[in-house]
Amino acid sequence: MSRATLEITGLTLRISSAEILRGVDLSLAAGRIQGLAGESGSGKTMTGLAVLGLLPAGSQVTGSIAYGEQELLALSPRRRNDLRGAEIAMVFQDPSTSLHPMLSVGAQLTDHLRHHLKLDRAASRARAAELLGRVRIADPAAALRRYPHQFSGGQRQRIAIAIALACAPKVLIADEPTTALDVTVQAGVLHLLRDLATEMGLAVLLITHDLGVMSAVADRVAVMRRGEVVENGDRLQVFTEPAHPYTASLLASLPGAAGGVRTLDDVRALREGP
Amino acid sequence: MNELLEVAGLGVVYRGRPPVRAVDGVDLTVGAGQVVGLVGESGCGKSTVARTICGLVKPAAGAVVFDGIPVTPLGLRRRPAALTRIQMVFQDPYASLHPRRRIGAQIGDGVRAAATRGGEPSEPAWWLRRVGLEPDAARRYPHEFSGGQRQRIAIARALAARPDLLIGDEPISALDASTQAAVAALMRDLAVDSGAGLLFISHDLSVVRLIADRLIVMYRGRIVESGPARAIWEDPQHPYTQSLLAAVPVPDGLGTMPAPPADEADYPLEPVLR
Amino acid sequence: MTVAAVDSGGLRARFRTRIPRAWRTPLGITGAVVATLWILVAVLGPLLWPHNPLGQDFPRLQAPSGAHWFGTDELGRDVLSRVLAGARVTVPLALLLVGLSVVIGGILGLAAGFFGRWVDETVMRLTDLVMAFPTVILAMVVAASLGASLVNAVLAALVVSWPAYARVTRGLVVGIRGAEYVLADRLLGFSALRSLRMDIVPMVTGPVLILASLDIGTATLLLSGLSFLGLGAKPPTAEWGSMVGTAIAHFDAWWMGVFPGLAILTVVMAFNFLGDALRDALDPHTAGVLGQAETR
Repeated sequence: MSRATLEITGLTLRISSAEILRGVDLSLAAGRIQGLAGESGSGKTMTGLAVLGLLPAGSQVTGSIAYGEQELLALSPRRRNDLRGAEIAMVFQDPSTSLHPMLSVGAQLTDHLRHHLKLDRAASRARAAELLGRVRIADPAAALRRYPHQFSGGQRQRIAIAIALACAPKVLIADEPTTALDVTVQAGVLHLLRDLATEMGLAVLLITHDLGVMSAVADRVAVMRRGEVVENGDRLQVFTEPAHPYTASLLASLPGAAGGVRTLDDVRALREGP
Repeated sequence: MNELLEVAGLGVVYRGRPPVRAVDGVDLTVGAGQVVGLVGESGCGKSTVARTICGLVKPAAGAVVFDGIPVTPLGLRRRPAALTRIQMVFQDPYASLHPRRRIGAQIGDGVRAAATRGGEPSEPAWWLRRVGLEPDAARRYPHEFSGGQRQRIAIARALAARPDLLIGDEPISALDASTQAAVAALMRDLAVDSGAGLLFISHDLSVVRLIADRLIVMYRGRIVESGPARAIWEDPQHPYTQSLLAAVPVPDGLGTMPAPPADEADYPLEPVLR
Repeated sequence: MTVAAVDSGGLRARFRTRIPRAWRTPLGITGAVVATLWILVAVLGPLLWPHNPLGQDFPRLQAPSGAHWFGTDELGRDVLSRVLAGARVTVPLALLLVGLSVVIGGILGLAAGFFGRWVDETVMRLTDLVMAFPTVILAMVVAASLGASLVNAVLAALVVSWPAYARVTRGLVVGIRGAEYVLADRLLGFSALRSLRMDIVPMVTGPVLILASLDIGTATLLLSGLSFLGLGAKPPTAEWGSMVGTAIAHFDAWWMGVFPGLAILTVVMAFNFLGDALRDALDPHTAGVLGQAETR
């Protein structure tokens, strides 16, 4: 069994006297997608931001985030900067705000490449076009010259993924990557994420509240509630035989889940229930 | 037969270069005590249809007739009392309540609207109880409640006006997944119990099909399929509906990837109407 | 349970929780204290003046001493009394100017944003017309053509100050007018005017008040500036701007210009600090830092 690419142990987070995370343990392995589910306020996004070192001012973090030999929480901001984008990358939820509206797609990609990989202009353009092809954007060479607003939401998300993967990172944090997309567009992006994760041997942390998405792509699923991980296991196990009552209650209220509501009467029964 | 709501040949055009046909030739009806689900992805025109029915948007073509009365667009004057029998619950629970007025006062506006039409008087507290909230919530402000609770308050306000037609414009989309089915069922039960019709707009089919009697599927401003909810869910006929349903990920833990639609699929625009 | 966003709440509830926190910042407290002091000086007026500000009884051009803390000017008047008396002119007029700008600009902006179409076009082109000119120059031209007097200076300053409020108000109204709670109220039978009064105006007053509080400093400078140029207060009125103007001819009697200048400086800075603190406390975007963190 390969050693974990990224290991989070006992992570706690306080932001001006509010306890956001109360001891989170997670581990990410190369080529596998670890899902992190939870409702709003559970702290799942903050966990992702903690790994990247993008927490808001006034945050107090304790615990350990071990990336290979390095302890991320002990690194200087400069070292963390070097890692961010190059080895640990992130894809955010809203494709309309995660790309710079006034730079061409090519500029955003090559900027990134030239900073981290020190490539020259021609080499970075070639690689940028290659990346766009990999995320299945039609006519990559022309796309480099266009601007984000000229693409659809789904395409913008693919471009964001391309930027995230430009420097062949080892870890990818995807925070609600398909939530803002239509369901048909989402299907395509999920396939892309799954394929890229396998091809590139990425360790992926997939953060989403959508258990349908989790069920489709995640290998392991962790469920968070109020800053703690209440359940963490193999996907099939968590969905069909959840160990924690919270997970069970989440599944019970979803149409389509094993044990989930199937008819209107089921929903009404839930309402009357405990 | 005179349906409660009859929409015929509705067309809505948004200004621009080129002008956008948001809605093109839409016919639909909603009967008293009937729940119609209007589904489709972003940009299909479903929200525009809802807003036109309410009079918030001016149609470019076609007619909206409510209980024999033509629905006129909202102007500077007050809404004619007869048309306050159409009420709407909006998508964003954080924007649909006045941030600075107490809940009781806002629901009181609904009560007053019904009273103007000569209905029997009621108290905001009663409506709060009907949506599952404590009556003393009437003294509090919106910011003291969660998103799900605010949506229930918005529903209470709409129902306090004793509408004969209740329209939900993506009312559950902004809620946590575990409460979506419950709130949808609540809207159905409360509307149907009072003999009102419910037009429920959503992009999430798996919840809508639980509460709807009929489903209408829209794509690019047109209706592509309509019929009994169960029939459409179990046996969709139109290729777009089929790909829409196939793209919905099922939270069953089996790791089945949703099927992405064929690239740039051009669906036939002839509708399948049952 | 989600922690709710901090930007909503009853107005009274917000002031109760927000203002105290705002004053806890050192700058906010300083601003509030200094501004209050000057307002007190203006209100108490003659009670504080050691001597008659217009009385030319004393030896001329005396440096500051035990008898005259701020010295005497070229006509033998006590500078300290004149500086204190100046507060009675400048502070109320600056507040009046801002108040009138808010009312006039606000009403026009409300109308433009709410009714749209030709009302909007007319008001906006009017603001364009005024804003096309440099503020101070235009104020000078208007003041000069009306004739030099304090009243005319205020009028001239008003002409150049209202457009900013009209624009801001219009922008806010256009933004709020499509909000879902506004639409919901219309569907419940609110007339457009009722909706304007209950749904839109209350949400506009906050940002406008913040703008106004930050503007008091600018208003002070504008009025003193016009007086400095001889287009505002006429001698022998004790007014800070005109005092500085006279002091230019008596450069070695530094106390004649420095003290009125410091008065202007402290008033402007006090209201600026106060305005900043108010904005930090009431603006939903920055209030989040002082308020509770949003979790996801």
